[in-house]
Amino acid sequence: MQNAGKGMSLSEAVERYVHDGALISLGGFSATQCPMAAVHEIIRQRVRNLHVAACSNGQAVDELIGGGCVARVDIAYGGNGRFAPTCFRFRRSAENGEIAVEDYTNYQMTLRFMAGAMGVPFLPTYSSLGTDIVNKWGYSEEDRLHDPRLPSKKLVLMDNPFNRTERVDRLVLVPALQPDVTILHAQKADQSGNVQLLGLLFSDVEQAKASKEVIITCEQIVETDELRTNPDKNQILNFQVSAVVEEPWGAYPCALYGYYDYDPWFLREFYREAARDDSQWQDYLEKYVYGVRNRKEFLELIGADRLQNLRADEEVGYNPRLNRR
Amino acid sequence: MAEYSLQEMMAITAARGVRNSDIILCGTGIATLAAIAAKKITAPQASIFFETGAVDVQFGQMPLSLADPRIMHGAIRLAGLAESFGIIQNRTTGRNILSILGAAQIDIFGNLNSTAIGEFRRPKVRFSGSGGGCDIGSLAGRFWIFMELGKRKFVEKVDYLTTPGFLDGPGAREKAGLPGGGPEKVITDKATFRFDAETRKMYLHSIYPGFTAGAVQEEIGFKIDLTRAVEEQAPTEHELDILRTQCDPDRMVLKS
Repeated sequence: MQNAGKGMSLSEAVERYVHDGALISLGGFSATQCPMAAVHEIIRQRVRNLHVAACSNGQAVDELIGGGCVARVDIAYGGNGRFAPTCFRFRRSAENGEIAVEDYTNYQMTLRFMAGAMGVPFLPTYSSLGTDIVNKWGYSEEDRLHDPRLPSKKLVLMDNPFNRTERVDRLVLVPALQPDVTILHAQKADQSGNVQLLGLLFSDVEQAKASKEVIITCEQIVETDELRTNPDKNQILNFQVSAVVEEPWGAYPCALYGYYDYDPWFLREFYREAARDDSQWQDYLEKYVYGVRNRKEFLELIGADRLQNLRADEEVGYNPRLNRR
Repeated sequence: MAEYSLQEMMAITAARGVRNSDIILCGTGIATLAAIAAKKITAPQASIFFETGAVDVQFGQMPLSLADPRIMHGAIRLAGLAESFGIIQNRTTGRNILSILGAAQIDIFGNLNSTAIGEFRRPKVRFSGSGGGCDIGSLAGRFWIFMELGKRKFVEKVDYLTTPGFLDGPGAREKAGLPGGGPEKVITDKATFRFDAETRKMYLHSIYPGFTAGAVQEEIGFKIDLTRAVEEQAPTEHELDILRTQCDPDRMVLKS
């Protein structure tokens, strides 16, 4: 079974694995490698009350929140680099009380996924001692008591049981995450779900390994023999993956190393204008998400010329001639 | 004397303080600019690394986020967050880490807020959150803070303590169990600040040409020691030329 084909359409994958109220994690970091095709499909299917976990996922988490799909977010950073110091829909929804946010750090979110991937209940770090990350909880102990899907505590302080010195040696234990489903966008995968990732990995691998189900969208589905030529690049294995979907430009308007650059016009002007204003945001969703049936129709709206202009130079992995101003 | 902007002054002031033994953990924007300038002007042996996992990054073009593909090509290693924060937390490698952070608010002990203004569950203003900032403030050998002066930024008490400075004063980091060295400098658009070794309080260290200690105090929401201030040296023609032509020729960060 492990080597069986898992290819399917994106709408089928989302229908099968992304349910109302699920705990989902999204790969990528700020405006790179975000699974944007999948995010639009989830919005289109009007999935509700998702609990989203991510490290520093800018664009994907922001659009998913804006699509009304999200109730809770465990996150380290809801920004998008120079394109958005704070993501617009994230900010609006947090200020209006439409989403509950549990703040962790980037290392802590990574450790939470890693604990999930290792099958242990928590991992320790020295990060955040003495700060409000420790003192202030987005979900109260009361919330946690009544919802068995949440860890019983945000985190726990513990003295190093091996300490032989007089020095304080205290650690912060962060609880494991085991998402119902993780969605990643990759460069290449085979039909059975072996996945090649190029460039920075962020926390994508830990996120996938922690998860019960994994949906991979990728630029190209290739023969397994091609992946065997660079086994050290195959970061995720078919026995971790539930669905494989070929979605060229699946990270647009975010970048994908080796394939295409981010779209500065979309992120800096178009998206910012749309996401800042509630009524313009509804227009954006109507036209670009609900108004198309699939990714292909979305890409037609964006236009082939715009996409071609983002094509990465083979040597450097981005487009050095792109006008980013 | 050469004409320069305050942004250029900030970047060059920061760059001058970098040592060859530093591993510079970089944020985007002016922090990246300062790191590139440091390598070209004062500390060519320093290494630049990003928390996303890119090590000894070569800058063909200015990156616009910590995940920009521009930090990937030519790096000596591309890993992920688990490895890079491990490098920062590890006491052997972590002590050489110098990081430059930004924030929305700072207090007299160098504690930073990048999470929220107002009640954090229903904030008046919500910001991005820690990202790696709290990790760096907790674990890195030392860190600097880049901020513009202003009474709403330099506050008596931060609304949310995201990144630990010296917490509530002398001995507090040690008592909490934080292994990193804490904040070393605050670099602003008009002056720089350091932290007293005894009281751990921020004091005025240097003033940029054309500003006075009184004017600096006016823009800070707490009383600060002004007695130790020296004048910061303006950027030289040589430094400005390198900054403009070699560090950010496309003017992605520098305002033209």
